[in-house]
Amino acid sequence: MSNGKAQAKVLGMKPEFAPWTDPDAQPLVRFHQVTKRFGATAAVDRVTLDIYEGEFFALLGPSGCGKTTLLRLLAGFERPSEGRILLTGEDLGPVPPHRRPVNMMFQAYALFPHLTVAGNVAFGLKQDGLARAEIERRVAEMLALVRLEGLEQRKPHQLSGGQRQRVALARALVKRPKVLLLDEPLAALDRKLREDTRFELMQLQSRLGLTFVIVTHDREEAMTLADRIAVMDRGHIVQVATPAEIYEQPRSRFVAEFIGDVNLIEGGLASIDRGGVALESAAGRLIAADAGEAKAGDRIWLAVRPEKVRITLDQPAGAANCVSGEVVGIGYLGDVSTYHVRLSTGPMMQATAANVTRLVERPIGRGDQVWLSWSPEVGVVLVR
Amino acid sequence: MLVPYLWLIAFFLLPFLIVLKISLSQTATAQPPYTPVFDLEAGWAGLKEFFADLSFVNYQSLAADWLYLASYLKSLEIAAVSTLILAVLGYALAYGMARAPRRVQPVLVTLIVLPFWTSFLIRIYAWINILQRDGLLNQALTALKLVDEPPVWLATDTAIYIGMVYSYLPFMVLPIYAALERMDETLLEAAADLGCPPWKAFWLVTFPLSLPGLIAGALLCFIPIVGEFVIPDLLGGSETVMIGQTLWTEFFTNRDWPIASTVAVVLLIVLVGPIMVYRQFEARALARE
Repeated sequence: MSNGKAQAKVLGMKPEFAPWTDPDAQPLVRFHQVTKRFGATAAVDRVTLDIYEGEFFALLGPSGCGKTTLLRLLAGFERPSEGRILLTGEDLGPVPPHRRPVNMMFQAYALFPHLTVAGNVAFGLKQDGLARAEIERRVAEMLALVRLEGLEQRKPHQLSGGQRQRVALARALVKRPKVLLLDEPLAALDRKLREDTRFELMQLQSRLGLTFVIVTHDREEAMTLADRIAVMDRGHIVQVATPAEIYEQPRSRFVAEFIGDVNLIEGGLASIDRGGVALESAAGRLIAADAGEAKAGDRIWLAVRPEKVRITLDQPAGAANCVSGEVVGIGYLGDVSTYHVRLSTGPMMQATAANVTRLVERPIGRGDQVWLSWSPEVGVVLVR
Repeated sequence: MLVPYLWLIAFFLLPFLIVLKISLSQTATAQPPYTPVFDLEAGWAGLKEFFADLSFVNYQSLAADWLYLASYLKSLEIAAVSTLILAVLGYALAYGMARAPRRVQPVLVTLIVLPFWTSFLIRIYAWINILQRDGLLNQALTALKLVDEPPVWLATDTAIYIGMVYSYLPFMVLPIYAALERMDETLLEAAADLGCPPWKAFWLVTFPLSLPGLIAGALLCFIPIVGEFVIPDLLGGSETVMIGQTLWTEFFTNRDWPIASTVAVVLLIVLVGPIMVYRQFEARALARE
């Protein structure tokens, strides 16, 4: 755990921090076959998951996928119906929430309205029976860290949304928990503030060297913040991997679609040979580099990210995958444009192109006949 | 916007001024039974004479007579003790209601308010039946072999307290329930998360947040109990005289309207005290916000 890691993340370099690749590494938190039922429905269904010390871990999924329940199980507000949760190898089962060395930052912050900012931050330390001077020192230190000096005597309702968020963060961090749990910590902030706070959270985590587990439904948030992401769907974890892996190597259509825009072309796997994989699809005959989990004859989906599809007015020479169609819509976003193309064979596809010059000699317009092409390496063959 | 003020002037200020005026008058064997009587036809001289005849004599005799002071003190004592019992009982009840499943809470609130659908007087008469020598309470106690000799309930201070607590309980429960019901339950999770065991979280989070409800309930009980007449008159003994009874006696038995009015004015002044305390508390809370 060092600044090196944060720097690596900020610069987009390959991070050297990867304890999950080390078979001897002991996880800090281990969910083992954890199931939580509410009535007949399982909010969390047989989840097995390891989280390592110093990791920034994200639980990502649509609402109702069980991510918050998983977090509440770790905090102790819910008890697992089955399975065990271990913290540094110890079973948390019999430990009530007030004795667990984890702290949570609540979605709506849950600040105590009758206490001041300082009172809120000091609350947890007082429970530990620390000396007054020690409490004051640590509260001041923590408020300085989240830049709330001078607001000590304010009540929560006298603060802005961003300030309240920082009080909640300070209150959860001041006890130096083994794991900090963050339940949608940025959801209540407006967009600009959310982006700034994201960066602050990252810096804070690497500076303090703590383990953070964040729950979010915002994929951008998960991708920028986390070392690893667990994508959840209907109580199951469908994939756990680094942000780049999740984006470039999704294991299912659900992950591919949840983690960004994607073209999914349905088809059958015709043959596998040294040169690649041949697919028969609604868009015609296509080539992929790798069959993934598919065998010849399987029904498959080819996932291709729009920014990896080249859009041209003239037929490109020597392209492995090349289909033609008509532009039916353009989404102009300034930096990039997304072209919606109806293929001559019927299906729709998207291609994103960066607007690298201000004026284009021959702009692609609605109704134009275009060619879409991509190399075999960019397509991912999915069977689920 | 004028309506509330007109209402207050017509139904509070004017009656109060009339009572205040009578308290400054003297008894007379006449109709009405006091002098002076305001007479417009007497003109300016009559008006001067009218004001000259007003005096604080009744206030002096009120202060001089031990009976009135004792009566005030007894009322305050009964009101204070009743409010204390009500606070403990009402808090427990309100807490239980607020913790009950969401869908049964409206039913519980209805049950609390339900006794109001029967006349107050009838309910107090029912208590006479329950508390009398061979009443339901003593029958139950003897049947359960809890007592050898049926105790006397009626015409004791205990009976007054039972009547007060029974009658005023909804006024204590509802404001506390409203405060507790509004409370965000994740605050208790936050307290637990920060290392606070449940019993302590009650004192550090739940109780302070419900305090405004408790204070409102206490005032809603304390103030009317001080002036309560029916309950001590029907359930209490002759040696316990609350100020409401004293007032009644002066008005109807002794037909001494001026002294009765004086008792009423002083009672009002005494009760303004706790209201000011509450306003002070509210103002402090507002200033902190």
